[in-house]
This record gives sequence, C-alpha cells and structure tokens, in this order.
Amino acid sequence: MHKLLNDSPGKQIMLLGNEAIARGAIEAGVAFATTYPGTPSSEISLNLFQMSQESDLYFEYSTNEKVALEVAAAAANSGLRTFCMMKHVGLNVAADPFMTLAYVGVTGGMVILSADDPSMFSSQNEQDNRYYAKFGNLPMLEPSSVPEAKEMMRYAFDLSEELNQPVLVRTTTRINHSNAFVTFGDMKPRQTKGKFIHEPLRCVTVPAVSRQLHVKLLEKMKKARGICEESSFNSVIGSGKFGIIVNGVSFHYALDAVKDLGIKGDTKILRLGFSNPMPKKLIKNFLKDCEKVLVIEEGEAFMEEAVKAFAQEAGLMIPINGKSEELFSRLSEYDPAMVREKIAAYFGIEYTPKEKLSADNVPPIPMRPPNLCSGCSHRATFYEVKQAARDMDIICPTDIGCYTLGFLPPLNMGDFVICMGSSVSSSCGFGQATDQKVISFIGDSTFFHSGITGLVNAVFNNHNFTLVILENGTTAMTGHQPHPGVDMERLGLDGFGRINIENLVRALGVEHVSVIKPFKVKKSIETIRQALEYKGVSVILSQEPCALYAKSLKILKPRAFKVSDKCVDHKDCVNSIACPSFYIEDGKVKIDADTCVGCAVCAQICPENAITPLKK
Amino acid sequence: METTRLIMVAVGGQGNLLASKVLGEAALISGVQVRMSEIHGMAQRGGVVESAIVFGKATSSIISDGEADILLGFEPAETLRALNRCNKDTKVITNTATLPPFTVSIGKGVYPEVENIKELLKEKCASLVAIDAMKLAKEAGSPMSVNIVLLGALIQSGSLGFTKENVIEAIKRRTKKAFLDKNLNAFELGFVAAQNYSS
Repeated sequence: MHKLLNDSPGKQIMLLGNEAIARGAIEAGVAFATTYPGTPSSEISLNLFQMSQESDLYFEYSTNEKVALEVAAAAANSGLRTFCMMKHVGLNVAADPFMTLAYVGVTGGMVILSADDPSMFSSQNEQDNRYYAKFGNLPMLEPSSVPEAKEMMRYAFDLSEELNQPVLVRTTTRINHSNAFVTFGDMKPRQTKGKFIHEPLRCVTVPAVSRQLHVKLLEKMKKARGICEESSFNSVIGSGKFGIIVNGVSFHYALDAVKDLGIKGDTKILRLGFSNPMPKKLIKNFLKDCEKVLVIEEGEAFMEEAVKAFAQEAGLMIPINGKSEELFSRLSEYDPAMVREKIAAYFGIEYTPKEKLSADNVPPIPMRPPNLCSGCSHRATFYEVKQAARDMDIICPTDIGCYTLGFLPPLNMGDFVICMGSSVSSSCGFGQATDQKVISFIGDSTFFHSGITGLVNAVFNNHNFTLVILENGTTAMTGHQPHPGVDMERLGLDGFGRINIENLVRALGVEHVSVIKPFKVKKSIETIRQALEYKGVSVILSQEPCALYAKSLKILKPRAFKVSDKCVDHKDCVNSIACPSFYIEDGKVKIDADTCVGCAVCAQICPENAITPLKK
Repeated sequence: METTRLIMVAVGGQGNLLASKVLGEAALISGVQVRMSEIHGMAQRGGVVESAIVFGKATSSIISDGEADILLGFEPAETLRALNRCNKDTKVITNTATLPPFTVSIGKGVYPEVENIKELLKEKCASLVAIDAMKLAKEAGSPMSVNIVLLGALIQSGSLGFTKENVIEAIKRRTKKAFLDKNLNAFELGFVAAQNYSS
C-alpha cells in the first residue's frame, strides 16, 4: 500500500513537503485531482498518481495547466472535493479559467496549489503568485512548515466549501522540497461521484450574469475576511515594542533569529498564514503598541504595502519597513543569517556575524553545470542539426525541458526561450521579421502542452521555419511523467488513449514532415538538410526514448564503448558533443564504461573510427 | 540536543538524497527533531546536489553560508566548493575519490590536486577526515554504497549524537533489502576508516 494511504492517525513519519501536501488532500477526502507537472510541485502529483492506481481517487495528468484547471472546475461544480496543482508559471497558463472560476465558485471543496520558486532553482522567473489571490479574489493560505502544509491542505477544503470559492494554497520551494516529521491525521471518506445541478445564473458567465457574480464575489471575500480575522493560521507570538510581520518559511528564520539575538522579551511576531484577504483588524491591533515594525516576506512587498495602508487608516505614524536597499530584497529566497542580520540592524541590536573563511588561496574550481545525460538523444539531434545547418545563419528558438540545456557549449543550440510552447510561435515571428533561417526545438510533452496552437498558426499564416520535435516518449525533466503520446500499456496501465504526433502534425496541414532516428548520424543529417531547404513550415520528428527512462524501464541495456589505440587525438568527440562519459587521462580521451550507454554517436563522429564497442 | 547543522554536497547520482533519508529516519528513532531541505530537479543531470539538515532546536530548515557545523562532501572538489558554507569551527568529512566535471574534459577548467584540497580544508576548518569512499564501497561490494560509507564516517565523528545501532536500524528501514548486507558492510568500513584516519 502507498505510504500516504496508511490509515493510522497519530503515526509519525518523515515526509517531503510535497508528500505532506498530498497526504493533507487525502486526509481531506479529495476525490479528483489534476495537474501538469512542474518543479517544485511535481512530487505532489506523482504521489497522487501512484495512489490513484490503488484507490478510487481520480487523478489525471492533463495536457496543460489551463486544461487541468478546467477539468477540475467541472468536478468541483459537480460537488466533488477537487485539487489542482501546478508550478507558479503554470498558473499563468491557467489564468484565464482561474479569474472567472472565482466568479462562478464551486459546490465541492476546491484547492488550487501554486508552487512558487524564489531563487529560480528550476524556473524561468520568480514571480510572486500571492498577487493572483488578490487579482482573482481568492482566499489564500501559505504554510510555513512541512507539517503545517498538511494541516492547511485539510483546512483549505473546508474553507472552500464554507465560501463556495476555490482556495489558493501558495507554497515556495523550501516547503515543497523540505523534509520534516509529520503526524498522520484521520482520513475523511472520499465521495467520488457527484451531481451537477443546473444553475445557469451562476455557471453561464454572459455579461449580465457576471455582473451579478462580481457583486457576490466581493461579498464572499468580505465573509472570507471575517474568517481570516479569527483564523488560527494568523497568530501573534510574544509581546514587546518590536513588531515583526512575516509569512511562509521566513517565519521560522525570524523565530530562530529573535531567540538567537536574545530579544524575545521585546519582540512580537505576527505570522500570516491566511494572507488573502488580509486580516485588517488583527493587523491594526498588532501595530498599535509597536514602536517599529519590520515586514519579512520573500518576493514582492505584498504584505508590506497592505500593512502600510492599514497603518494609514488607523492613523499610526510608526516606521514600517521591509523592502529597501538596506533591508530586504525583492530578489531570491531569504536565509536564517540574512533574516537575523536584518532584524538586528533594524531594531538596533548588537550582533556580530560569524567570521567568513578567507578564500584567498583557494584555486578556481571547475564549474559543474547540469548537462544532458550520457546517451541523451537530444545531444545527437543538436549535433546533427548543427552539422546540417553549418553554412546557414540560424536562429534557434528552444523550449522548456531538458533540451534547454542544449544552449550550453559546445552544442550552443538555443537562442530564445520565454515560456512553454514559445519555441513554435516565436519561430513564426523570427521567420517573418528576419532573413535568418529559423530552426526551433520542442519536446513532445511541451508540444502537447502548448506547441500545437503555435503550429496551427504557422500553417495558417504560411510561416517559414523548421520545427524539430524531440520525441523521447516522456516528460523527462520533471521526473518521467506520462503525456498524451506515451504508450501507457508499456507502464502496465490500461484505459488510456495515445496520440501519434506524426499523424497529428500531418493533419494540421504541415506539408514537409520527416522522421529521424538521431543515433543514425549520417542519415539524420541528410534528412535534416532536406527539411531545412524546404520553404515554408517543415517538421522533423526526432524519435528516440529518453536514456534514463529507457534504462528505468529496462528497454535499454547499456553497452559501453571504448577509445581504441587508433585514436590520434583529434578530440572531435569531446569538442563537438561533450558527453559526460568522456574524461581525459594523460592527455588522452577515455570513456567511462560505468556511465556510457552505447548510443554510439561519438563512434560515428570519430574521423579515425577509433571508438568501438567494449568487449566484456 | 542543541542545534547541529549539517551540509551534504554531492554530484547528481551519488545518492545523497538517500543518505538524508537515512539520517532523518535515524533522528526519528533517536527522538531528535530534524528538518531537511534539498534541491531537486537537476540531480540526475550531473549537477551539484546539496542537502541541508538541521538537527535539534532550531526551526529553520535551511543553513546559511558560513553556518554549517559539519560539512560532508561526497566529491573532493565539491567539498572545497562548499567551503563558503563553513567557518573555522566546522568539522569536514570528505570523500577523496574524484568525479571531474565535463568542463574539465573540454578544457574549461583544471581539477585541483586532491592533496591541495585536503590541505586547504584542514588549514581553514576545525578538523578533516578524508577517506576514499569509492574504494571502500567497492570493498563492501557495491560502488553504489559511497553514500553509506560516508554516513559511517559521519556517525563515527560523534557530532550528531546518534548511536551506531540507531543508524544501522535506519539503514535497515530505508535502503533496499537486496543491498542491505553491502550497505551494512559499507557503513562499518566508513566508520572504521574515519576512526583510523589521522590527518
């Protein structure tokens, strides 16, 4: 049995934040869950996917976040407890249904989770999605620790049903990817079939209806503010003249700092866990007997601006600060020492940070950037496209996935990426705006997510570029989740359809479609060359399973290669593809037999044919 | 116990996430509070993987630069790179078996001499234990057990206050049955190597 389905209240277990979140949903009796995977949220959905295979929980990997939210919106309006989770930028994709679903509301409890990523450990921006709660008028909960994330998930479903409103749970990477002890609670029963009640004056958002719904939405938020004022997730700790208002993980940095600085007797901390709408009365009361207030929040000045406005309403002139040159930044995540130092500086407490170690005599350490894996088919495809286009002035829009790493030397294939699906649509623009040859790259999962509409646009508007779809048969970067092109039977799962990308691309009206097997280097280069010469939209499907995935499914049995005596040290292999299995020993290229999977791309590149299978 | 802050650095694929899980389980068995933070995502793409583990009273789950009490490095250059996480009181335990990054193969950087790395760590920090965990893992029966060898050395240092028995129990609970004997060998070899280490 899946460890998160264990019905033993009181049991203590070490859980990852994302596991605790999934468990919280299960304890709340969630019946219906949808997602598109994205770090740092991915393990929440992975666990729900696993649990759906051994329980009556419905879970789906949807095509993208907009689809996921719309699927979930229907379930939540059929009375089911519904959970839709995504990474922060996913909420941009889902913003359209998000904004109007807030008007419509729900009949079953619905939680939307946004996993924000301050410091951008694995994201293209560090937008602060608390503004979505304010923008869309949804109640918002923000956990400060792993065990609290589970408790908040449980509560979020109740709150949603009390208000008939979806609730936004907003986490940051340090919640999702931290581990702590969590105590299991009881599990509410799951209601897995609902009934849709016809309510056109609530559910059909024509202007006349929506005007009424907007009025009701503001009333719901008024009610939410009342609940928020009393919420145990908004609590004051301690008393004194120094005031600290804090959210999320910074709460614990502040708690530790106040203790370490010895100012517990002078300081009170207001932790906001239910942070939209803001508890106005609570905050005004808190401010009243403070001499000075510091607002600690990663990201934007979301709380700070509200607190300052409340102080103005209350006629309070005390200094309230947070974001400034001397204090906290809008950039990156915070850490305990930073919070300690800023608290000390702001309240005038003496504090000497630990002396830093001198790095004077430390030699430069070679960088270790992430790299495409040994035997990764993307490396082969990038090399071949580069060879086929060697006499062309090219622009390579790329997309979001492992293959974004192709922009690194020596491949240098990747010139422009802003969001999921942008490779295809931006190719339309580059092709029209320049005379350069445009060759773009997109993975299969990303193509389903949001590449298809761009390709429809390209065919309709008669654009001119070559799109390479990297079909590795999985969503690799986030941990090998399925997508609509995946053979689910191979995973032992039935009841799924499967979409053939080649048929789809042809059906869209793309006239020049070709298929390559990227581990056949010479033939692939020839095929790519023909596609590049075509005027109009051409699509190349590069088909080869992700090596990590194939290894885990045991459909790839690694067969290592070696560099033989015939090597005369051109180093073409290392310099052109830089596979991580290469290493240099005494000036000679060697292949690490433990990591080489035997794709044989380097063997086909070597001008001396010096790379040969290793005989065991 | 008072707060003890441990940073573990490794290269993707070296098994430091499993090592953190074992330590978390050992803390649970020993009745010690623990919070851990990890960076995922790039782990299998050959990048650097770091875990921060806070044992004891503090409530934060990450560790600031310069504030590690113990640094456990799975790869010598990565141990040295993590020097900014240490202070003069930090105890350092490192593997000496190298995994040069591919940037070295393509001539974009020179791998430092391991002896030099050891000297620098010893000179700047409170103490150093440097062992060839790869050699010991192979001796234990599996090159995959580097992480457990290093756990052996960590526990030998006594810094976490966990008994050997509790950690062995955690290994039993958290690692695959098929590797259990090899992992228990690996733990013992790491423990003994740290005991016999004289810098």
